[in-house]
Amino acid sequence: MVPLPYYLLLSGILFACGVLGFLIKRNIITIFMSIELMLNGVNLAFVAFAAQWKVLSGQVFVFFVMVVAAAEAAVGLAIIIAVYRTRETLNVDQVNLLKL
Amino acid sequence: MTANLHLWIIPILPLIGALINGLAGRRFSRQLISAIAVSFSGAAFGWALYVASRFSSLSLPHIEYVARWIQISGFRSDFAFYLDQLSLVMLLVVTGVGFLIHVYSIGYMWEEGGFYRFFSYLNLFMFFMLTLVLANNYLLMFIGWEGVGLASYLLIGFWFTKDSAASAGKKAFIVNRIGDFGFLIGLFLLIKHFGSLTFDQVFPAIAKMPAETAGAGLLTSIGLLFMVGACGKSAQVPLYVWLPDAMEGPTPVSALIHAATMVTAGVYMVSRSHVIFERAPDALTVVAIIGVLTALFAATIGVAQTDIKKVLAYSTVSQLGYMFLACGVAAFSAGIFHLMTHAFFKGLLFLAAGSVIHALGGEQDMRRMGGLRTKIPYTFWTMTAATFAIAGIPPLAGFFSKDEILWRAYQASWAYWLIGVFTAFLTSFYMFRLWFLTFFGEYRGAVGQGLEHGAGHGPHDSPGHHSGAATLPPNAHGNGHIHESPWIMLGPLVVLAVLSVVGGWIGIPGSMGGGNHFDKFLGPVFRATAPAISGEPAQAGETAPPENQTEGQEPQTGHGTELTFTGISVAAALLGLFLAWLFYKRRPELPEQIATGLGGFYDAVVNKYYVDELYAMLFVKPLIDGSTKILWRDVDQGVIDSAVNDSADAARHVSDNFRHMQSGNLRSYAGWVTTGAAVVIAYMIWMGVR
Repeated sequence: MVPLPYYLLLSGILFACGVLGFLIKRNIITIFMSIELMLNGVNLAFVAFAAQWKVLSGQVFVFFVMVVAAAEAAVGLAIIIAVYRTRETLNVDQVNLLKL
Repeated sequence: MTANLHLWIIPILPLIGALINGLAGRRFSRQLISAIAVSFSGAAFGWALYVASRFSSLSLPHIEYVARWIQISGFRSDFAFYLDQLSLVMLLVVTGVGFLIHVYSIGYMWEEGGFYRFFSYLNLFMFFMLTLVLANNYLLMFIGWEGVGLASYLLIGFWFTKDSAASAGKKAFIVNRIGDFGFLIGLFLLIKHFGSLTFDQVFPAIAKMPAETAGAGLLTSIGLLFMVGACGKSAQVPLYVWLPDAMEGPTPVSALIHAATMVTAGVYMVSRSHVIFERAPDALTVVAIIGVLTALFAATIGVAQTDIKKVLAYSTVSQLGYMFLACGVAAFSAGIFHLMTHAFFKGLLFLAAGSVIHALGGEQDMRRMGGLRTKIPYTFWTMTAATFAIAGIPPLAGFFSKDEILWRAYQASWAYWLIGVFTAFLTSFYMFRLWFLTFFGEYRGAVGQGLEHGAGHGPHDSPGHHSGAATLPPNAHGNGHIHESPWIMLGPLVVLAVLSVVGGWIGIPGSMGGGNHFDKFLGPVFRATAPAISGEPAQAGETAPPENQTEGQEPQTGHGTELTFTGISVAAALLGLFLAWLFYKRRPELPEQIATGLGGFYDAVVNKYYVDELYAMLFVKPLIDGSTKILWRDVDQGVIDSAVNDSADAARHVSDNFRHMQSGNLRSYAGWVTTGAAVVIAYMIWMGVR
C-alpha cells in the first residue's frame, strides 16, 4: 500500500498546477481546465484520507464535489460558448469590458 | 340662542369662485370667467345683506362656531365667526365695494391677458378679507391678514413680466412682513398672558384690568406691537413705502385692495382691539401721532406727484392717517365712519382714474391729460363727486367723516386738530389739482404720438408687457380716439358716486341737526368695555353715559364751538380748491415759479423726501451686501458648500486609488482570489498552531 504522504504530495502538485494554470493561462478553456485540476487535486486528498482512516465520509464528499464540478462544467462551458459567440475570442485579456 | 345665519357662507363663496376660475379658468371664455367671479362675489354681498336684514334680531355679539381648529393643552382656536356692529359695517363695505369693483374689472380687464388669473386672485382676496373681518379670534384674523397680503402681492405683480411690477409686489410683501412680525409678537404676548386669542375670552379678561395710566405695561406693549402690524398693513409711517409702489397693479386692484378694503384692515384691527388700546393711553398716543404724521407727510408728497395713480396712492396713505388719528384719540367709530366713506370715494377715485387711463389708452401722467371734461362726461361727473367728497366739501360723505375726526382730535389736543386741518387743506389742494389737470384746460397729450404709444403698448397701465396688444381688434383701445368707458365700468362709478354723496348722511353730528346714527350704531361695540377714567377728554365721548346721547353729543363743549371748527375745516377745503384753481386753471405758470422758489424743498417733495433712498441706504443695501458678501460668499459658499464639496472630493480621491483594483483583467482577479485564499489559509494555520 502506497503511504499517505505520496498521495498528498501528488494532490498538492495537482492543486499547484491548477493554481498556476489559473493564474497564468489566457485561454478561458485552459483556465477552466485548471479549475478542474484543482478540484481533482482536492478529491485525491479526500479519498487518500478516506482510505487511510477507513471512514466513508471522504469518499461521499468526493461524489458531491464531482456532481458540483459536472454542473459547473455544464454552466461554465455554456458561458464560454456565449462569450466566444459575442467576442469571437477566448483570450481573457480581451474580455475586459467590465472595468472602470 | 339666536338664529344661525351661516356666516361661513360669506367667505366661502368667493373662495369657490377663486378655485373654479383658478383651476379651470384657462379653458373658459371671458364671459364665463366674469360671470363666475361676479356671481360669487355678488352672492357674498347678497348673503351679507341678508345677515344685515336679520341683524336687529340678534343678541350681540353674535358668535357662530363652525369647526374645531387647534387645541393644545388649554389653548384653543376654532373656525368661528364673530358678528357685531363693527364687523357688519366692514362686511357690507368689503362685499359691496368688492362686488362693484368686480363688475368694473370686467370692462377694465377685458383686453388683458391672464383674465381668469385676475378674477381668481380678486375672489381669493375677497375670501381672505372676509375671513379677516369675520374672524372671532386673532389667529383666524391673522390668516385673513396674511391672506390679503398674499392676494395683494399676487395682484400688484399681476403683470409679472414687467420688472417694476414684480419688484413692487415683493416690496409690498416684505414691508408687510416687518409689520406682521410685530403683530405676531403681540399675539404671542396675548397667548402667554391670557391663554387665548378668542375675542370673547380675551376682551372680558382685559376689560377687568385697570388702565395703564401710570406707565407702560403689558397692554401698552401689546398695543404698540399691534400698531406695528397695522402700520405695515395700512401703510403708515414708517412702513408706508410699499403702497405708492403698489400702484403697479391693475387699477381695479388699487381701488379694491390698496384703497377701499385691505389697507383699512389695520384700522379695523386697532378698532377691534379697542379694549386693549383704551387701557393703554401711551399706545393710543403713539397711534394718534403716527396717524397725524402720516396724514401730513403723505399729503405733502401727494401735492407734487404727476402720476394720477400716485397722487391717489399718497392720498390713500394720508386718509388712512386720519383714520389712525381717530383711533388714537379713542374715537373708533369716527375712524370706522371715515373708513367707510373713504372706501366709497377713494374706490370711486381709483375707478374713475382707471376710466381716464382707459380712455387715454394707458396714459397715467397728468401733465399729458387735460380738457377731458367734455370727452368723458360720466367719468368727469363721478370723479367730481369723489373729489368734492374727499376734499371735505359739505354735504358730501368725506365732509362728515373727516369733520367728525377733526372734532374728536381737537378734544384730545389742538395740535392734532391743527395738523389735521392743514392736511385737509393739502388734501383739497392736491385733489383739485388732479381734477383741474385732468379735466380742464387743453388736452396736452400729443394726439398722434400719445395714441401711438397706447397702441404699441398695452391697453392700460401695462406698458411694454402686453405683447397681445398688437393683435387687438382695430376698435380696441388706443385706436386714436379718446372714448368713454363702457357701461359695465360706468355703472359701478355711478353707484359709488351716489354713495360718496349720500354715504355721510348716516353720521351727521348732532350739532348740525343730525342724529349721528353711525356713531350710535357702533356705540355698543366701543362703549360697553371702555374703562372708567374721569377727566380724560378723549375718553369722554366714548364713555358718555346713555342720557348724554339723547341730548346730542358732548354737551360740555357745546354745538357752537363744534360748528366753528367745522367752518374752519370747510374754509380750509375751499382754500385748497381756490389755490388749485388759481395754480392749475387760471395761471398755470404759477406752480413753476413757486417750485423754483422753493428750490431744494420742492425737489425733496417731488422725490418723496428721499425716503425710499434712505431705506435703501439704511436697510436694503446693508442687507443685500451682508447677504451677498457674508452669508452667500462666506457662509454658504465658504463653509457649507465647501464642507460638502470637500468631503465628496476626499471620497472621490480615495476611490480613485482603489478603482485600479478593478482592472478588467481576469487574471489579476484570479491573482487577488488566490492571494486572499492563501492569506486566509495561512491565518488559519497560524491560529491552529497556536
